[in-house]
Amino acid sequence: MTLLAEHPAVLHGHPEHHEGPTGVLKWLTSTDHKVIGLSYMITSLVIFFIAGGMAILLRVQLASPHSSLLSLQQYNELFTMHGSLMLYLFAGPFAFGGLANYIIPLQVGAPDMAFPRLNALSYWLYLTGSITMLMGFFTAGGAAAFAWVAYAPLSSAIHSPGAGADLWIVSLLLTGFSAVFTGVNLVTTIFYLRAPGMTMFRLPIFTWNMLVTAILILIAFPVLTAAMVFLFADRHFGTHIFSVKGGGVPVLYQHLFWFFGHPEVYILALPYFGMVTDIIPVFSRKPLFGYKGMVFATMSIAALSTGVWAHHMFTTGVVLLPFFSLMSLLIAVPTGIKFFNWIGTMWRGQIRFDTPMLFCVGFLLAFLMGGLTGVMLASPPIDFLTHDTYFVVAHFHQVLFGTAVFAGFAGFYFWFPKMFGRKLNEPLGKIHFWLMFIGFWVTYLPMYVLGLKGMPRRVATYPSGLGWHLLNQVASLGSYLIAISFLFFLWNIWTSWRHPVAAGANPWDAHTLEWFTSSPPPHHNYLKLPPVRSERPTWDYFHPDARTISHNGRRNGHVKVGAEVGSTGGSDQ
Amino acid sequence: MTDKPTGKPADQAPHKGSSLLRRYLGPLGILALPLMLGGCTLPSFYGFRGATKQGHDSFLLFSGTVIAAIVVGTIVVLLILWAVLRYRRRSDEMPKQFQYHIPLEITYTVIPILIVLALFGFTVVTENAVDAVSPHPAVAVKVTAFQWGWRFDYSGQHVSVLGETTQDPDPVGLNGRPCAPAVDCLGPGLVMPAGETTRITLVSADVVHGFYVPAFNFSRYALPGVTNVFDFTVKHPGIYRAQCTQFCGLYHALMFFHVVALPPAQFRAWLRSEQASSQPAASHPAASVASSRQGSPAASVKAAA
Ligand code: HEM
Ligand SMILES: [Cu+2]
Ligand SMILES: [Cu+2]
Repeated sequence: MTLLAEHPAVLHGHPEHHEGPTGVLKWLTSTDHKVIGLSYMITSLVIFFIAGGMAILLRVQLASPHSSLLSLQQYNELFTMHGSLMLYLFAGPFAFGGLANYIIPLQVGAPDMAFPRLNALSYWLYLTGSITMLMGFFTAGGAAAFAWVAYAPLSSAIHSPGAGADLWIVSLLLTGFSAVFTGVNLVTTIFYLRAPGMTMFRLPIFTWNMLVTAILILIAFPVLTAAMVFLFADRHFGTHIFSVKGGGVPVLYQHLFWFFGHPEVYILALPYFGMVTDIIPVFSRKPLFGYKGMVFATMSIAALSTGVWAHHMFTTGVVLLPFFSLMSLLIAVPTGIKFFNWIGTMWRGQIRFDTPMLFCVGFLLAFLMGGLTGVMLASPPIDFLTHDTYFVVAHFHQVLFGTAVFAGFAGFYFWFPKMFGRKLNEPLGKIHFWLMFIGFWVTYLPMYVLGLKGMPRRVATYPSGLGWHLLNQVASLGSYLIAISFLFFLWNIWTSWRHPVAAGANPWDAHTLEWFTSSPPPHHNYLKLPPVRSERPTWDYFHPDARTISHNGRRNGHVKVGAEVGSTGGSDQ
Repeated sequence: MTDKPTGKPADQAPHKGSSLLRRYLGPLGILALPLMLGGCTLPSFYGFRGATKQGHDSFLLFSGTVIAAIVVGTIVVLLILWAVLRYRRRSDEMPKQFQYHIPLEITYTVIPILIVLALFGFTVVTENAVDAVSPHPAVAVKVTAFQWGWRFDYSGQHVSVLGETTQDPDPVGLNGRPCAPAVDCLGPGLVMPAGETTRITLVSADVVHGFYVPAFNFSRYALPGVTNVFDFTVKHPGIYRAQCTQFCGLYHALMFFHVVALPPAQFRAWLRSEQASSQPAASHPAASVASSRQGSPAASVKAAA
């Protein structure tokens, strides 16, 4: 079902003859994956800034013991909304609704997503869901205040009355459907709309990871949606699914939630792994080291991730510790493979440190520490002494900030020229990176220590005299630095808007198909396609003398006569 | 090093037995298997060394794992930094376009598997030790968590201690300070004998709470519909502050309590005096203990918060 003409022909019939609406109407009615992708990205970045602003408020409150900037209720609402916005409405949608939506059809050489109208529906459900959640602040009882996990029975009608909680639940229903639709769209697009010659093992890793992510979405999100329906029924229709009184089982909620929640962690992480995996080879001027190992590592992470959910429930006392511990520990293996692949790619390369590459290195370091502390948490006795403390807050921020922010902004800086045909300013990008990098470590390292000293998470205030004050103060200072770094990001966007510098089709000398077409791409993406003979079609086209060497190269001795990888299917397809 | 409980330990016995062991086996042990040696030589990494027998086991696992993580992390960081610094772009020369090295790939798959399996082995041993419950505990206490406080019932003794949010009922008079919310309240006191095994039966009266004693390196959910049972064998008398860790609503941040470990004789004396004072109100022991002991009523605490 490939839709495009054979190589190397100019594609017939789809020049710029689409006289569609422009301006506001274009954004409201478009089914073009590029327009929808940008809508997603802009919306999720706005959410990111709102949630980031909340984080700063939280940090100001915690900078000193028994502070009274925020009331208990306000703090509880804010940390709940900060976490919920960041996870449900920023990190996920930015990746699979935003970047993936924009980039995947380009990377596989398709004119659009498989189901463009469904794609538009996804976006509008997402936008509606986001507004729904934020509306909680304007209700009489305030926004939801039961943490991003909404454990029953705290989230019941008795313990969390008020419309804010209902809006939160409905928001997850809406965005849950949005995610599932996007998942269906991505899977179909990647399986059926690939360009001639684009075999599965020539897909860019970002596309591979989005395929696996989409499958995880299809496994995990329906379970969350079901849990939310049950919760809503308990609150309003008198069912007792999660309440002891009516014979229900509260801990069932935790099982359902984390059966979604742990795969969700990888739904949030895999797209970002994909981004750095596409970016590092470009700036190292080398193919990805261990491409196939990387693909299998991603698949095994996904497979394992469906069997580890109860590591979030070690301290409930009702789960089989050794099983969930072993499964969780094993995830470290494919994750380690990824690390060595990234390092192997840089090894003996010619690395240029433009802003996207800097952010990738920032990601590597952040995710390394987050991953190692994650391995520790997979051991139940260690989890017993760190669970629900700031140790965990530090761990998951290193992972989530490492992926969604470091890798996410690597992707943003990398693909911005493709999306807008303009360059971003390099010095401003580098200032953004360095300030954020320093701020990141200053913020999160003290939190590990706080956790080990016994400071619980989700506390609006804490006693003095326990040695927690200074560490909290340092963490808050770091977070202000992160906030400042984003002023440089905004300044950068402003500069490129007011003083555009043309980027050209392929400013980074990149590898994958999307860099072959113009920036921004024409309406149906490609006027012509290069032959696809490896996972680096654009590179092969511009560097016919520097094809990939299949093994470690000893056999061929020198670059020019290297054999292609996986060159099945005839000479020129 | 951070082992100090908040209050003053009534007695801090030095670890005599282990110093001999350390002198002769120390260097060898450090090289071979740090975990075998006992925690005194392992760095604490800002954590608690574990004031209970069970918590000390957890500490050994924690500390050993941190060491392993530091080793692995350092190696990977050095590899990253080397790649980043050594292979900066210096010319337009085309680097060799290699992609696979199967022996290397197998190596970096197998080594992590071995590391992870080793950690899993230590994990299983430790978690069995930590979760083991003794058939004959010296004392059994039923702990009920509720929004927002704790109730400790001494099974078969008609004694209970009840405290809300930030009260400091000060059951043994070891610290007689007044208490202001979120500053220095210790919350209700869970009294237990040092050196003997105390059985805790943990339940919740409403939502999920987290029973967490940092110095014991241990936490467990108080989960509605579930009864959790575990043992503490506190090594030394002392006061150990503690707090709810699972978010449980408005006053979660103020849901303190503390453990008071007394020398066994003193503990039994306390138990007898509590029994005596609560006899008249046998039907509502909790209420009488609470009202006779607590300083500030819950209402004023809530108003202040
Ligand atoms: C701008 C930098 C950030 C700062 C300073 C920050 C700070 C905080 C703080 C202070 C809390 C509350 C901790 C507590 O009371 O237990 C928190 C919770 C949380 N944050 Fe962040 N955060 C930042 C970025 C992020 C990002 C990028 C993500 C995810 C993509 C994220 C996800 C979460 C989650 C899931 C929670 C837990 C909420 C809960 O416990 O229900 N944060 N953060
Ligand atoms: Cu998980
Ligand atoms: Cu609590």
